[in-house]
Amino acid sequence: MIELYGTKLPSRLLLGTAQYPSPAILADAVKASCASAVTVSLRREMAGGKGGEKFWSLIQSLRLHILPNTAGCHSVKEAVTTAKMAREVFGTNWIKLEVIGNHDTLQPDVFGLVEAARILCDDGFAVFPYTTDDLVVAERLLEAGCRVLMPWCAPIGSALGPVNITALRSMRGHFPDVPLIVDAGLGRPSHAALVMELGFDAVLLNTAVAKAADPVGMARAFGKAVDAGREAYRSGLLEPRDLAVPSTPTIGRAVFQ
Amino acid sequence: MRLLVKGAGVAGLTAAFELASRGAAVTIAETRHGLGGNASWMAGGMLAPWCERESAEQPVLDLGRDAADWWDAVLPGHVTRAGTLVLAMPRDAGELDRFASRTSGHRRVDEDEIALLEPDLAGRFRRGLFFPSEAHLDPRRAMAALHEKLAGSGVEFRFGVNALHMTGFDREIDCTGMASSDERLRGVRGEMLILRTPDISLSRPVRLLHPRLPLYLTPRADHHFMAGATMVESLSTEPVTVRAIMELLNAAYSVHPAFGEAAIVETGVGIRPAFSDNLPRVEAHGRTVAINGLYRHGFLLAPAMARRAADLVFDSDKPVELADETDGQRRSA
Repeated sequence: MIELYGTKLPSRLLLGTAQYPSPAILADAVKASCASAVTVSLRREMAGGKGGEKFWSLIQSLRLHILPNTAGCHSVKEAVTTAKMAREVFGTNWIKLEVIGNHDTLQPDVFGLVEAARILCDDGFAVFPYTTDDLVVAERLLEAGCRVLMPWCAPIGSALGPVNITALRSMRGHFPDVPLIVDAGLGRPSHAALVMELGFDAVLLNTAVAKAADPVGMARAFGKAVDAGREAYRSGLLEPRDLAVPSTPTIGRAVFQ
Repeated sequence: MRLLVKGAGVAGLTAAFELASRGAAVTIAETRHGLGGNASWMAGGMLAPWCERESAEQPVLDLGRDAADWWDAVLPGHVTRAGTLVLAMPRDAGELDRFASRTSGHRRVDEDEIALLEPDLAGRFRRGLFFPSEAHLDPRRAMAALHEKLAGSGVEFRFGVNALHMTGFDREIDCTGMASSDERLRGVRGEMLILRTPDISLSRPVRLLHPRLPLYLTPRADHHFMAGATMVESLSTEPVTVRAIMELLNAAYSVHPAFGEAAIVETGVGIRPAFSDNLPRVEAHGRTVAINGLYRHGFLLAPAMARRAADLVFDSDKPVELADETDGQRRSA
């Protein structure tokens, strides 16, 4: 159970809905993962006009919380306009805010992100900002009114997994009470388990499932990994040490040598 | 038996051929005033079931592997059997491995073999995949030729008519794609370009893999190339977007800089009719048999669908559905 902007979600996995072989496989994958929320891109499906209603209604028929995103937006204005459109189409004030700074790496433009977050928070949106692991940017986003942060762990779609664990630890340490969702860069279930073991509240992913040979099987695997990582975190992990420690006492030898 | 085929896209034309060749008196009714303007007209014309298997399910390969033979037999001279060449930029080399692991019927080719297959691409790519059994055709020429052949063999074409008021037929074959009233269909918009340059020639479709923007280039007659195609979950028939053109041209330019000097002869938008599993269906509803949901596989799957529809009309009243087979395969995958 996780609470985001006052809404309780039963699972700590959020799934994206792009790039699946078909909507039917998408639906099966979402079910297999036990995800509690799905993201959907409004802009990608607009094509300069309306017409994506059929796909959106397929997403809505999954009966999960919908987190519309502003994927593909490169400016504050674009992102704000897309967020407002998403609010009308999906009837939710949730918005995953992406302001892309580089077309090639899809790195967030953190300056535009903070500005757009302020505008949308003031307008009553529940903003889920896709950001880097930079602590100062995170503080600015919280000042702007965000109550959830979504740091990347590697570039979108890269499947690299956590490339800077120190930064992720430090983010968790600095913001102990803010729901932190790792968004982007996860490639395999073990990556998801790892960030959950670090104490992150949830993970959001898309490509690793959608582009798997069997998206449904991979979705199920991620669901289990997220649960495993969370339970491990709550159970208190043993810190690593650099000498062997037998799990049964060695008999007949002095304890301290 | 008197049959009315509604729709003169690739589904309607192939169905008319199968039905007429089994002895039916066929009339084709098309609301448009000619052959163009539908999704088939915008198609790439690749008969590439092994490549498609990368993202499509097994029935697409099973139903599509004989498509080149069908087209070759019906329209001799229209099919080019030269395979498909799949390439990636050096930084996306991992995409080749991923594509190879999801598909069959290919072999790895190195720089020298790529140069032998496509001399104009010599030195530009280090690694690739070659799918030797695949083929391609020019959809517009194929549709025009099939139209001519059907008309010559007694099939009646009625263009610019509303088939609602046409009566006196034993059965109807609904091949109207997105214009069908089937609520289960959704539209998947595709954007394409036709380029012309005498500075480069290709013998076969070339696919350029990219994690976000895959592209194919298919050679056509008189130095023309078709570059496609985007996939957007939308029914919008608005003109091609700047982004789509930029991405398609960028990819074409990456295949060969000569495309930088090519003329953009045409930009086009088509809406692919698709069911939620992206697989086609042939179904009987009373006196009507419907072929629909060919998605991005019109020329590849229309022959098999046409045969199934003809079986349904002539041999049996049992519906032929792919959905059950597919669900089973998906679950066991």
